[in-house]
Amino acid sequence: MLKYLFAKNEDIPEGSSAVYWGFSSIVWFVIGTGLGSFNAAKLAFPDFVTGNEFFAFGHMRQVHVHAVIFGWISMAFGMAMMYITPALGNTKLWSEKLGLWNATLWNVGLSLGLVLLWAGVSSGREYSDFPWVIDLYIALFMAVPLCINVWMTVINRRTQGIYTTNWFFASAVFMVAIVFLTGNLPEFFHLTGLTEAYLTWWFAHNVLGLWITPVAAAIAYYTIPKVTGNPLYSHRIGHLHFWSVVVFYSTPAAHHLMSAPLPEWLKSFASVEGVLILVPAIAFVSNILLTMTGKWHMFVENLEIRFTITGVLMAIPLNMQGGFQQTRAINWYIHGTGWIVAHAHLALLGFSTFLEAAAVYLGLQMILKRKLYSLTLGNIHFWLLLIGFTTYWVSMTIAGLIQGAGKIYEVPYIDVVIAEHPYMIARWLGGTMVFTGNVLWLYNMWMTARQGTVIPVGRMPHELAYER
Amino acid sequence: MAFREYKIGARMFGLALGGSMCITLLLPAFDFASVSSTDVALDKAFTAGHETAFNLEDPFLLGWNKPLKITLKADPKTGQPMAAKEVYVYQTGTTFPAGILHPRILGKGVEELSVQQGKIGEAQKGAGAVFALAKGSFQGAEISYVENLTATKGWTPAVVMSVAKDEDVSHAGAGKTMFVREGCWWCHTLLPEQTQDWQVFGAPPMLGDFNGESPTAFGSDRKAPDLLHVGSRNSSREWMMLHFFNPRLVQPHSIMPRFDYLWGDKDASGQKIDFDKWRAEYIQYRDGARVTPPEVPAYSKNSEIRYLIDYMMSLK
Repeated sequence: MLKYLFAKNEDIPEGSSAVYWGFSSIVWFVIGTGLGSFNAAKLAFPDFVTGNEFFAFGHMRQVHVHAVIFGWISMAFGMAMMYITPALGNTKLWSEKLGLWNATLWNVGLSLGLVLLWAGVSSGREYSDFPWVIDLYIALFMAVPLCINVWMTVINRRTQGIYTTNWFFASAVFMVAIVFLTGNLPEFFHLTGLTEAYLTWWFAHNVLGLWITPVAAAIAYYTIPKVTGNPLYSHRIGHLHFWSVVVFYSTPAAHHLMSAPLPEWLKSFASVEGVLILVPAIAFVSNILLTMTGKWHMFVENLEIRFTITGVLMAIPLNMQGGFQQTRAINWYIHGTGWIVAHAHLALLGFSTFLEAAAVYLGLQMILKRKLYSLTLGNIHFWLLLIGFTTYWVSMTIAGLIQGAGKIYEVPYIDVVIAEHPYMIARWLGGTMVFTGNVLWLYNMWMTARQGTVIPVGRMPHELAYER
Repeated sequence: MAFREYKIGARMFGLALGGSMCITLLLPAFDFASVSSTDVALDKAFTAGHETAFNLEDPFLLGWNKPLKITLKADPKTGQPMAAKEVYVYQTGTTFPAGILHPRILGKGVEELSVQQGKIGEAQKGAGAVFALAKGSFQGAEISYVENLTATKGWTPAVVMSVAKDEDVSHAGAGKTMFVREGCWWCHTLLPEQTQDWQVFGAPPMLGDFNGESPTAFGSDRKAPDLLHVGSRNSSREWMMLHFFNPRLVQPHSIMPRFDYLWGDKDASGQKIDFDKWRAEYIQYRDGARVTPPEVPAYSKNSEIRYLIDYMMSLK
């Protein structure tokens, strides 16, 4: 890939940048989940690797979080945008060269930011932990080039309308730049106190709500119709989904601080808007599941469909939790407990990761024109991810309920730590399964590029029988 | 983009997102701006200094550019003993907290008294300044304000430091930097919740308790006790020292990491600390081959752990 960085744009083979983004994302997924597994081991066994600040939990936790959010999830999004946006516009990507440079800048900037975080150089603000220099780099050299490439591809499309997926892509790349520049204002201009606390969670909420959730959903709007051959059930429900994301998902930031001394009107407003997140959620899930009509056998037979539908099904508990856990009636019990950690993993490792994995599986096979090297490894990857995630989610949810009970009955904290110990071990085992699955995935995709069965022009990967 | 519906859609989009940002950013900003500093906020902000996370004056979070909090027991000018008074010493070149740079942040009342009676406008970074909290009356109510003692009494940083003994000095500002850098806030919150937590972790913070603080580092994922009032629950520096070196020495079930690396190379008497020997002996103790654990080295007075323990003690 790197040899094309200085080539003329027209000499770069179509899809090169998508392949670069795709493989980068898988490598970051391996790194990110490896760090997650290591961190979980430290929570279960605190003297596992000790005495060195670079392996201290407080130095590594944020590296895991940012490696998976900005490495795995966001680069998988970039990969999807590089091949899906032009495909839906019946055109080529506006600039393969920009795409390649964008991915390079992304890898360099993210590596630099993670090294700084690892060393403890942090803004002290959760999810916007990167120092403001890196935040500016992310906005200007990572988000803006992606935004330009997606927008120019949409503008130069050769279709009359714009398909649902591309509404979400185009608006999300724009919104993530806005969110980065606005959410980090406390760092750029040294805003302090409650303004800083509130903007921290304004950023954290919106980077999930206006970037990760809509782009992941947009990917499903492409993969399901593309692989099943069914048209999208309803364009109009897609409209409802899109507009309710913009209106309802951008407003409940304060519900992350329900027990902090924010103005009460702000908390109440955020809480009501938070329940209304169910509108886009229900629209999305029903639209995708109804698109599957008549093709449910592919849920069993086809790997990409299985990944996508599993992710979409996980959106149901995700949004039921998300809509209601932030109301005062429930939040007082579970706020700040492992329940929230479980919920965050349900969003990122459950819902979102499964949709992106499908996009990376499908995209790499289509661009490389090679069928997946090993279906068995693909299946093992799916089950390791699903069982590993489920183990994690169930154990952390239980741990969270224990913590909640300990909190309201004011049990001595150490008794809560003792009660949680078995679930910390279970969480570590679950996380390690996910990591193991991803190592196999990286091998499988590498071998696909090398030795996968060649797919003839005009055929989809799943139309070919496996030879292996 | 030649279609009419996209022109309408783009405008609707701008309206929707702009409206959302107006409600969630602009309107709360009016509320936040109208909040006056409480005593807690003033103490926190002047103890911590300008910034306790990444900034260009302390890019590696080593506790540079931080004020010292001094408990004065003698009048710095005359040397006569006096009732203990806490002052915040900003030595030459130390950046002032946000409330001095932009007095508006102090909030209504506090701002007026601090500027008019406290003379905070006369503080100069190049010369340094000594601040303290003072009581004054604003519109009939008694409130605290910030007094620039360098301007009102001529107490310069050098004069104050000349009468301060090391045990009167708190490095809590540098300690909060350690708290941020070491990620303590990934497990320990600084936010007792309003609905419970009163009995064990103490009173939740109030609206005005944060003016000028950056970062607030509330924490969101509580895997360990809340620390907002830890200094009131446990004021033993010795317990803190053992607990930071190896939490399992005082709490066998703790899952907290060891922070022995914050001791640096040398202990209080200047001897090199032999960590490998300590760990080997600790393993013998843990496995029952030793009756007592190895002695925890006393930290030197400029070690990072001293800063962090000073910060713990400041969380009253």
